[in-house]
Amino acid sequence: MIELVVVSGKGGTGKTSTVGALAALADNKVLVDCDVDAADLHLILHHRVEKTHDFVGGSQAEIKGDLCTDCGLCLDYCRFNAIKTVADAARPSGERFFVDEYACEGCGVCAHFCPEEAIDFSERVNGQRFLSETAYGPLLHARLGIAQANSGKLVAVLRQEARKLAEQQERELVIIDGPPGIGCPVIASLTGAGYVLLVTEPSMSALHDMERLVKLISHFEIPAGMCINRYDINQDLTDRLERFAAEHKVALLGKIPFDPAITKAQVAGQTVIEYGDGPAASELKAMWLKLREQLACMEPEHTKQPINIIDIQDNVEK
Amino acid sequence: MNSSSFNIAIASGKGGTGKTTLATCLAAVLANKGKSVAYLDCDVEEPNGHIFLKPEIEHTTDVNVMIPKVDLDKCTFCGECSKICEFNAIAVLRDKVMVFPSLCHSCGGCFHVCPEKAIVEVPRPIGQIADGTGSGVRFVEGRLNIGEAMAPPITARIKRNMPDTEVTIIDAPPGTSCPVIEAVTGMDYVVLVTEPTPFGLNDLTLAVGMVRTMNLPFGVVINRSDMGDDRVVRYCAEEDVEVLLQIPFNRAFAESYAVGEMVSNLGAEFAGSLESLFDTIESKVGHD
Repeated sequence: MIELVVVSGKGGTGKTSTVGALAALADNKVLVDCDVDAADLHLILHHRVEKTHDFVGGSQAEIKGDLCTDCGLCLDYCRFNAIKTVADAARPSGERFFVDEYACEGCGVCAHFCPEEAIDFSERVNGQRFLSETAYGPLLHARLGIAQANSGKLVAVLRQEARKLAEQQERELVIIDGPPGIGCPVIASLTGAGYVLLVTEPSMSALHDMERLVKLISHFEIPAGMCINRYDINQDLTDRLERFAAEHKVALLGKIPFDPAITKAQVAGQTVIEYGDGPAASELKAMWLKLREQLACMEPEHTKQPINIIDIQDNVEK
Repeated sequence: MNSSSFNIAIASGKGGTGKTTLATCLAAVLANKGKSVAYLDCDVEEPNGHIFLKPEIEHTTDVNVMIPKVDLDKCTFCGECSKICEFNAIAVLRDKVMVFPSLCHSCGGCFHVCPEKAIVEVPRPIGQIADGTGSGVRFVEGRLNIGEAMAPPITARIKRNMPDTEVTIIDAPPGTSCPVIEAVTGMDYVVLVTEPTPFGLNDLTLAVGMVRTMNLPFGVVINRSDMGDDRVVRYCAEEDVEVLLQIPFNRAFAESYAVGEMVSNLGAEFAGSLESLFDTIESKVGHD
């Protein structure tokens, strides 16, 4: 089994539309949406949620007013400015201490040192994850709770479930729609993956972000290919992206023209392949054939086992 | 935070909707009108504002987080540090202690709990903050080192040392989780940029949920407003969310953006609509 991760650095370059096309073209796969703060892939796959599970990402502190003596020790210990006070005439000190749940990092230091044991520190549900059936096979996706943390952990859980499902159902490919950026959820999406598809566009911003992303990927030593969306918006920048790919041993797999059908397909709730046989759809089909060749060169048993994030980070920038 | 400044964050659930274009252009247009303006690039994983504002950088400083260092001569391997750590960043073996810097959240738990005072905290760089001036705007950018996972400490540092200007514009990262929350916390107003597509709508509803939960005043800008369908406009009407501005697709804008040029230089019309956008926001918040 091979895990193919689709990432972009910059947001809005067409990752999810590209993954939708791959979903329609590839056989025998499991789909995963790892953009857990803004998951959209299900919207174009005619999905039906089959199973829902709560996601517990970590714990949070809460001050129990009846036990609290307003000593303020927690305020001194908290490094995240999460302990706050409001005026409260009913209390002897004239103010009441409380935990700002958006600022709370979930470290538990306040609860550990509270002399009155007045701080509850217990696990919180941070979101839900779903197993859906779609027109193109099973999809694992999630919704992180509003203003919740721990997106990296949720990504790791989704990938683990997807690998399990792929093994059970003897599916050869796991296709992962990744998040934008290069931080925590991206690192969690890339760690131990077999192949990376970089989806980009010809703009200075996308080029700048691609340079940072490729530096990150080179530390993981994962083979990579590139798909340039809306390549005809600026030929000069497309040329620069192609040169960049060649210099960094990234295979150029496809150049997709600007095509309003991409947006129209999305509005219709369809993948661009299902929507019709326009210029983007036909180039995406050609790209899939090249990508499939790349994946076929990889022996599944040679795909790396997931390695810990820390192993990579210790080797970076040193 | 800078309480005397009028602080606006430009955010969006979905990436690529035009946050940076709006944030840089709004900053430059207001500066051009004689206001003192700061632009803070808090999309520290992928900062792009510099491409458009082209600042002369005056200073660059490292952003450090504190991580534990264990003095093995004092350590009795009791394991208290590992027990208090919620992030599995410190492990105690029979005769050694392993620290995993990238998992450490710098909470200080191990440092405080160690009964032998065998732990000291040492700085570890995770990124940089650069500042300067470009297009008449005070420019500050956070940049996460490649391979680092945690963006919020850089944003927090930027917000602790905001330049002293009349207006501050924060360019937030995409999404709705920790790095975005850090960027929008304490803002006077949040502008959510979206596009009229199913993805734009889905991510907008998540972003609206976020700003409502955080009790922040906000409004919506619809970019490429003629490219999809009317569901975003209908959602905003149903949810009583104000649409501040609609920007139709314009190929000249896309081409100018692609090469890193300011779209607001393309003519007075767009610049004028950004001035009115600012006036609308100012009148909503009642800032003086």
